[in-house]
Amino acid sequence: MRRKWIPFLLILPAVLYLAVLMGYPLFETFRLAFTSNEGFFGNFRRLMESGEFWNAMKNTLLLTAVIVPAQLILALGLAFFVNWKFRGYTMILYFIAIPLALSDVTAALMSYTIFSPNGYLNKVLMSLNLIERPLYFFGYMFKAREFWVIALTEIWRATPLVFIIILAGLQSINREYLEAADLFGFSRWKKFTKIILPLLKPSIMSALLLRTLFAFQIFGVVWLLAGRDIPVLAGETYYWYTFMNDPKMASAYALVIALVTIIVSWFYITFLRAKHLEGAR
Amino acid sequence: MMRRFFIVFLSVIVSLWFLTPVFFIVLASLTPSSDYYDPNKILPSSLTLDHLYKLFVTLGGGKATLTSIQVALVSIGISFLLGLPAGYAITRYVFPGKNAIRLSMLMTRSIPLIVVAVPLVVLYMRLNLADTTLGVALAHASMILPFVVLITSSVFSGISVEYEEAGMVFGLSRFQAFLRITLPLALPGLAASAIFAFIMSWNEVFASSILTLTNRTLPAHILNTAMASPDYFKFAAGTIMAIPAMVFIFFIRKYLVSMWGITLK
Repeated sequence: MRRKWIPFLLILPAVLYLAVLMGYPLFETFRLAFTSNEGFFGNFRRLMESGEFWNAMKNTLLLTAVIVPAQLILALGLAFFVNWKFRGYTMILYFIAIPLALSDVTAALMSYTIFSPNGYLNKVLMSLNLIERPLYFFGYMFKAREFWVIALTEIWRATPLVFIIILAGLQSINREYLEAADLFGFSRWKKFTKIILPLLKPSIMSALLLRTLFAFQIFGVVWLLAGRDIPVLAGETYYWYTFMNDPKMASAYALVIALVTIIVSWFYITFLRAKHLEGAR
Repeated sequence: MMRRFFIVFLSVIVSLWFLTPVFFIVLASLTPSSDYYDPNKILPSSLTLDHLYKLFVTLGGGKATLTSIQVALVSIGISFLLGLPAGYAITRYVFPGKNAIRLSMLMTRSIPLIVVAVPLVVLYMRLNLADTTLGVALAHASMILPFVVLITSSVFSGISVEYEEAGMVFGLSRFQAFLRITLPLALPGLAASAIFAFIMSWNEVFASSILTLTNRTLPAHILNTAMASPDYFKFAAGTIMAIPAMVFIFFIRKYLVSMWGITLK
């Protein structure tokens, strides 16, 4: 029957486009990464033997471990707050959504206005006579401070994405469940743990998945605020490609990011699937 | 009364947390350099448009802004042309492999442009697309397309199929019913998605900096050149990038929640 083909015809262009512009380059990345003068795994051997790779890996994981949980907790709090729908809540919703529209480059520049030696934090502290000379947050002498400034900037910038997804989940919860719970005399805490949290789980999982994936791609904020003082995987990819002119090493790095990405999504999705089916049956 | 106070208190904290950095960068971009480097002056004694003007005219920010806008518009055009039918099909038809397609769209979103940008350069060299606006737009479209498919399918699913069926009863074909009934109803939601897609392209920095040298978009331009300039130019650049994005989000704030409601469901 002709009609059966309609949905496939509608989807085909999008799939073809993605196959050409995502699929083909992805295949090429594999080829490049596995091409070297020192054999099939040459690039990866070089990568594994360099301290920088492990450093970048460590920093990326550390940043993810700090940023993602902080964002989840903040976003949950914000979502419950906005969901009270007090007067003027749409304005607050807009303020929270602002960073959604800002690039990592812009967010990095914003935090630079605050934390740079001539920045507002130093100016305020100095005018209050709390410090005598500016505090330095950047430069490779101050890696620990740099790390926290980066983490803070990312938390500021990307919490709204988690917030929006959780708020959407929160608003889709049927009010009747809560009314029924009231009828049975559930306490507030019991309502939260027994009804809201389970129903919110899919949203929380999607938000976590998206945020974890993006955390492994963290680039702009780190690159602008710390350069290679704090190497991260995406930053190293960029460095090897642009500064060292070595697309093969860049591809090897990119492939590591892709691999971690795939492992993380696989982990989340199997976990999420299982929960979903439980909920449905 | 307590609850009222609590709400106001929290609102103030939340607003300050999200607005202060924005306020500071705008302020810094308007502060004369002598005031900026004076540690005793928190607020400037006068404001100046000097930095913004120089960034636009002397440092090539104007050209980069134009490139950014072109890239965003072209990539939105491509991704909607291809993504809209797919989004519609996912909502309105039942067919085998539907969930796999939705899932793979989501997975494509998670493939970093970093991974594909490097070989894209090689492909573009062969196709004479290297260092062109169109090339960046094609790459951005591949980033936006999965988003468009998922979001438009959620927009369409918000419009009851019965309207279309009613139209078909009155003799419209399915395509006509879509054009005359569903599309107009979906338009606001689609416009909101388009604006969000614009922002995604406007902000993307990695692919643009790798794929081009002379025709860089604004963030790529800033990442590569303006970073070597004095601080106040960086702030001017940040302000130029922030303001349009914030204005756009203001217009679509009503749709933000429903747009993200679909993720992974």
